[in-house]
Amino acid sequence: MVDIRYDLAFKLYPYEPIATQTQPAQRRPVVIVGGGPVGMATALDLGRKGTPVLVLDDHEGVGQGSRAICFAKRTLEIADRLGAGQRMRDKGVVWNVGRVFHGPEQVFEFNLAPEGGHKNPAFINLQQPYFEKFLVDEIRVAQDEGVPIEIRGRHALTGLEVVGDHVRLEVDTPDGPYQLEADWLIACDGARSPIRDMMGLSFDGRVFEDNFLIADVKMMADFPTERWFWFEPPFKDSGQSALLHKQPDDIWRIDFQLGWDIDRAKELREDNIRARVDAMLGEGAEYELEWTSIYTFQCRRMAQFRHDRVIFAGDSAHQVSPFGARGANSGVQDAENLAWKLDLVVKGLAPDTLLDSYAQERAHGADENILNSTRATDFLTPKSEMSKRFRNAVLELARDHAFARPLVNSGRLSVPCVYDGLSLNGPDRLDGPARTRVGAPCVDATLADGFLLDRLPGQFVVLSLDVDAPQIEEVDGVPIHHVSLDLSVDDPNDMVRARYLGDAPYAIYLLRPDQHVAARWNTAGADDIRAALRIALGKGAEI
Amino acid sequence: MTLNLEPNIADPDGFYDELLAVHQGLSDADSQALNARLILVLANHVGDRQVLRAALKVAAKR
Repeated sequence: MVDIRYDLAFKLYPYEPIATQTQPAQRRPVVIVGGGPVGMATALDLGRKGTPVLVLDDHEGVGQGSRAICFAKRTLEIADRLGAGQRMRDKGVVWNVGRVFHGPEQVFEFNLAPEGGHKNPAFINLQQPYFEKFLVDEIRVAQDEGVPIEIRGRHALTGLEVVGDHVRLEVDTPDGPYQLEADWLIACDGARSPIRDMMGLSFDGRVFEDNFLIADVKMMADFPTERWFWFEPPFKDSGQSALLHKQPDDIWRIDFQLGWDIDRAKELREDNIRARVDAMLGEGAEYELEWTSIYTFQCRRMAQFRHDRVIFAGDSAHQVSPFGARGANSGVQDAENLAWKLDLVVKGLAPDTLLDSYAQERAHGADENILNSTRATDFLTPKSEMSKRFRNAVLELARDHAFARPLVNSGRLSVPCVYDGLSLNGPDRLDGPARTRVGAPCVDATLADGFLLDRLPGQFVVLSLDVDAPQIEEVDGVPIHHVSLDLSVDDPNDMVRARYLGDAPYAIYLLRPDQHVAARWNTAGADDIRAALRIALGKGAEI
Repeated sequence: MTLNLEPNIADPDGFYDELLAVHQGLSDADSQALNARLILVLANHVGDRQVLRAALKVAAKR
């Protein structure tokens, strides 16, 4: 028996019985449990690198409901590398302007319009089912090219045991159970992770006593494509805050903060939801309710993301409030951090301790996301009279005075974290810009011919700027790709110069497969690059 | 910069008068709101995080 817990938006991987059902357990190098954005991104990345992956999902496709709707630039950059970025940009709604209201008054507006020279916008809004579908579609393209990815729908993990050098899995299907073995098991099974429960692992953090009502409505409206956020909204019964944000297909996300003591069933009744939406949009507004949901949230993470041969990624490992769009976006960054490391470990090119750096780096990212989303939540839902007074004082002052606007916090929007001071970092021997320091993700730039990030494939790269780098093809069997730019030709807008050199005349960067900076120098010899690369492989001597 | 805890306000009695005057006739709630705005305005003027942290510590000590 495999229970169906939700309806599908897209049926993408219908159940198929497997031929080996009654045979002894087959061994797989990597099994991913959970076919959401994190599981599918991990599968596609690993598969494209040549490591065979099996994805188990207990449903046959993508669940209904828009859920995550804001996908950040870094996520789109990763999707680009995986081959799915263009469809996301084509379908997604690009937005830059946000307005913040307090009651009926606008407090201020902001514009995320990024500096020039980035292929991707700061954000697109896209319903999560589309994001997942585009990844799966790209997996199908990859499979046709021979990339070793297998997806099994309605195959539900029901038990597991770590035994020595592998994990033994119990899987249930409509045709009954079977067993599997995995060298590595990746748990992408969501915030309520059954794997976490099967292993008896805790998931501690802070519960926020608040309910939020989502009403996605379909309407032809001429609201601008902007993020509108109200503190203490003026419309009847709209709660403590409200949000209006556009998605593709003429769908608008409306979000009301209802408070703690509510009657969920009553609030979810269509007439009650319509009364709230009518008050917000004005009497006579015509719309269809596309999807409604009430959610609560918590900010918490697992103490360890790696438990021997079981690795947790995305919501199963960490959970944040939705303010700031840090859930799905950070999960996709988990996926890309894990994929290159696990690929090298599976191929025997790196020690398995490299996977500890996944846990270290992404726990660092999770802590940053939890900190930011907790602070946003405290601003949105003041927990005491005094904190509410300060919150409202900030909002009142922000109308007239620029100084107070940076204190207004309706969610600090997701940006990738910098792995400052962590174990894979090599030397920073360049007096270069802080934004591309060691540990930082590469910043995109327009080149004479295309974009910089499109020149960085999912492997180690030596990027040399106006200087010759030693032509090392590999270190300990790990291949190195070289990108050499002559800035007088390749950098007509001086973007690479501003973002990677600053006042330095030339530089050599060692970049990781996930486009984070591993080391940088004015000039480097072959030994410098070898040593830094070994550190980035988790073999590292201290520097 | 360090937090200045030495006398620094010219005409202290005059300042104190003005501080009370802006609260004159306000309800407790309005007075507290005014104080919150005042703290934010002054904190921004100081700016220096170390000084602000030291000031928070001094004020929180009873």
